[in-house]
Amino acid sequence: MPVKVRIPTPLRKLTHEEELVEVKAGTIGAAIAELQSRYPGIKERLIDESGEVRRFVNVYVNEEDIRFLQNQDTAIKDGDEISIIPAIAGG
Amino acid sequence: MQQTNGFMKALKCRECAREYPLGATHVCEYDFGPLEVVYDYASISQSLTRSAIESRPKTMWRYRELLPVAKEPTVGFQVGYTPLVKADRLAKRLGIRELWIKNDTVNYPTLSFKDRVVSVALSRARELGFTTVACASTGNLANSVAANAAAAGLRAYVFIPADLEQGKIVNSLVYGAEVIGIKGHYDEVNRLCAEIAGKYGWAFVNVNMRPYYAEGSKSMGFEIMEQLGWKIPRHTVVCMASGSLLTKIHKSYQEFTKLGLVDSTDYKIHGAQATGCNPITAAQKAGLDFFKPVKPNTIAKSLAIGTPADGFYALKVMKETGGASEDVTDDEIREGIRLLAECEGIFAETAGGVTVGVAKKLIASGKIPAKDSAVLCVTGNGLKTLDAVVGHVGATREIRPSLREFETLLSADQATAAKA
Repeated sequence: MPVKVRIPTPLRKLTHEEELVEVKAGTIGAAIAELQSRYPGIKERLIDESGEVRRFVNVYVNEEDIRFLQNQDTAIKDGDEISIIPAIAGG
Repeated sequence: MQQTNGFMKALKCRECAREYPLGATHVCEYDFGPLEVVYDYASISQSLTRSAIESRPKTMWRYRELLPVAKEPTVGFQVGYTPLVKADRLAKRLGIRELWIKNDTVNYPTLSFKDRVVSVALSRARELGFTTVACASTGNLANSVAANAAAAGLRAYVFIPADLEQGKIVNSLVYGAEVIGIKGHYDEVNRLCAEIAGKYGWAFVNVNMRPYYAEGSKSMGFEIMEQLGWKIPRHTVVCMASGSLLTKIHKSYQEFTKLGLVDSTDYKIHGAQATGCNPITAAQKAGLDFFKPVKPNTIAKSLAIGTPADGFYALKVMKETGGASEDVTDDEIREGIRLLAECEGIFAETAGGVTVGVAKKLIASGKIPAKDSAVLCVTGNGLKTLDAVVGHVGATREIRPSLREFETLLSADQATAAKA
């Protein structure tokens, strides 16, 4: 069972409107590289010039923000679910 | 464009400046940067003068040209123009020459500043053809969406953390809104709503309607300047959840300056958070321009956002204006609520206790000099967060309906007063 990645609306043009795609990578960083090889251009939307996840991009593994884990080194395994979500205003 | 979009020109990414049409969309496709409304200031300056504003009804819509709706607003026409109270007794207690309270505890109709942002978001949502509105909320926003949607005949779904104060839950249910309690904190509610937002064609006020919604907060700043006699206050203290209000107060000062409605002066904008959820103040105090997300644990639930979307821009505003920030513990929050209530007769919710508590610290440390004047933005009403203060504000003393018992009680009080 591979890892599922939920694609947010602003990136679906790149994934041909796919909402849910699957990857086999072992870390978040590798998952982003794998997405890039299938959907060219997606990496630069998520990662800034210095190689960090962009300021307004939040990446979650099974509902936990990767900034509370090991950022792009966070390990992922079969059955995990990754969500990529833009930051939202307060309420 | 002029006819269909009023004084709005486009949406623009704050990060890369790419422009987008004026639809229900909130992030840049390229870098996820927030989109912001661009205005035609040349046209605005033709009609928005001091005398034009003064001739209009006393609501937030007297600054209509600077609010992002294409036509006349259709939701929340009576919102805003809350009192700016000269707080002499509190000034004395905190040790500052002059102090003002911008009192949004009495904003119409749901007793918090959120009615400002919601009246803009729902008016714009109607213009864009939506019939269902929604929000992710720590409580006040849910109340405001529920009430304003009811009055406008819109269907409302509001998403809140399930453990909110009873008052805030009832204040959403009563209007007939669909209230969904999420078993998690606000950042988790937010994450879910981000995933729901695109899916059902709803106007999510703080997700896909955010560029319009957020602009409503500027009206608080516009009113402060007008009520001070067309002046920017030297110091403004603003509580921060996502940090959006602080950045929009700053924008309001910039816009009035740009339009010549106020003189250009030096001012500082200071940020306030609870110690139990202080990602922005922790970064500001450490001199960083980025923040580290936290897991909130504070009685100030309306400020409990651990991943503040506008935290980066709030830090920038404080840095640019020379503002400071502080955070306060739960006990200091309750003390802030009591100080404001006992000195000025204003009962604020926990976020107001945060603002007062932080102002006290900033004045004591000299970051707001005692010789200066400051405005405190108090954003919500204490009747909604009774849970936070019950048991901390004294108790009723019960006696039988007997004159003798009352006189005994009173003479004990007089003896205590004489000793003090």
